[in-house]
Amino acid sequence: MSGKLRIHVDQDKCQGHARCKALAPELFELDEFGNAHEVGDGSVPAGLEDKAWLAKSNCPEIAIEVTEE
Amino acid sequence: MSDSARAIPDVAPAISDHPPVNDWVHDFDHTDPRWTENPYPIWDELRAASPVVHTDRFLGCYMPTTYEAVKEIAYDTTHFSSRRVIVRDVRPEIVNTAPPITSDPPEHKPAKQLLLPPFTPDAMKKLEPRVRAICNELIDEFIADGRCDAAARYTKHIPVRAIAHMLGIPQKDSDLFIKWIHEILELGIKDDATMMRAVHEMTGYFHGHIEARKQNPTDDLITTMMNARDKNGQPLSDGHVLGSLRLLLIAGIDTTWSAIGASLWHLAKTPADRDRLIAEPELMPTAIEELLRAYAPVTMAREVMKDTVISGCPVKHDNMVLLSFPAANRDPAVFPDADKVVLDRKENRHVAFGLGIHRCVGSNLARMEMTVAIEEWLKRIPDFRLDPAGQVRWSEGTVRGPRQLPVLFGKSA
Repeated sequence: MSGKLRIHVDQDKCQGHARCKALAPELFELDEFGNAHEVGDGSVPAGLEDKAWLAKSNCPEIAIEVTEE
Repeated sequence: MSDSARAIPDVAPAISDHPPVNDWVHDFDHTDPRWTENPYPIWDELRAASPVVHTDRFLGCYMPTTYEAVKEIAYDTTHFSSRRVIVRDVRPEIVNTAPPITSDPPEHKPAKQLLLPPFTPDAMKKLEPRVRAICNELIDEFIADGRCDAAARYTKHIPVRAIAHMLGIPQKDSDLFIKWIHEILELGIKDDATMMRAVHEMTGYFHGHIEARKQNPTDDLITTMMNARDKNGQPLSDGHVLGSLRLLLIAGIDTTWSAIGASLWHLAKTPADRDRLIAEPELMPTAIEELLRAYAPVTMAREVMKDTVISGCPVKHDNMVLLSFPAANRDPAVFPDADKVVLDRKENRHVAFGLGIHRCVGSNLARMEMTVAIEEWLKRIPDFRLDPAGQVRWSEGTVRGPRQLPVLFGKSA
């Protein structure tokens, strides 16, 4: 099945809607302008995979990449 | 229930000096009383005809009808300028700007970055208790009556009091702010003199507050803007400060008033959704996003600067664009059951706050106000319904929401 997930927020696309932070606060953090960044190196802890996909599928700017390692 | 299928109630049409529309696809008019009352079937008709439609009204104006076409235009700051953000009958010379909403690149980013830090989700958490208190103060005033006009007594006052608190201006001036907004966003579409007078009055009002703060600095958004520095370390021009302050006041009030009002209108006529929100409070964040999608209040505008092609349709310069984020949110190609409110909609890339660089700077404030306003209302008035003897009246033009919303409290007999 699927391996470990890694997320990344494309800073050229993120406009600070903050939908990801609301849906997956464990995986995203906001900077002083409200733009989102992945927490740490973006690796998704076990059990939070659904939240990673949920954040991706609610980002209006399609700024979140989820990759399977 | 689908809004498209909803029968149009018998409401007196708003006053309009535009000729009535007979052909929506080639002659649309967003100030037509039928659009104001129930735009959803009109948007369906336009979308079925073409991803981009045109009208000769407003000196020439396009409207993208699909999510994809709205997105293409919102992302294209080369062919589409934000220097005019309202589609109007006239296009006078631009004398007043309101950065960053009226800014294009490269001026846009530095102007926007000044305003972003005070509006982050964390900043809004600090304001939340104040908004909760405002909501309860308002409910205290009418709950014993067993009925109220929820637009005039509740939704209207929440955003205006919150933004007055943030700006550091007196809450008692709220009626003045609401008058200016009505004159700029509604009457201003057809009446340039009224709009200019309102802008002038607002400028004078803020000028007075700026002068007062030169003597006695305060901890508020006006002071923040006065102390802001541009990328060269210089203070902002008076025009920039006043324009941004006008923007914060105009953009922060009737927009959220509309969103809260439309949400309460939906809940008044949908007991199942009301009961579900009470039973499953953890659903609230998802439900708020869905209410924002379904009843997005704000339609923006762009001006076409160069000929281009959008979704296969030629778009010519010197026209305006009615950039309808609400219509994009009803596109069935992106949202299954687009005309249904699905409180637990899982995938919801709605564009109520826009797309691209002009994402609404106050989106986190609006969400917080909506959430708190609906939570506090449901706590104290869990059962309510539209007053069958009353009329719901919607605002005309750029920002759509109920301006009159008569409701009765309690279960129906």
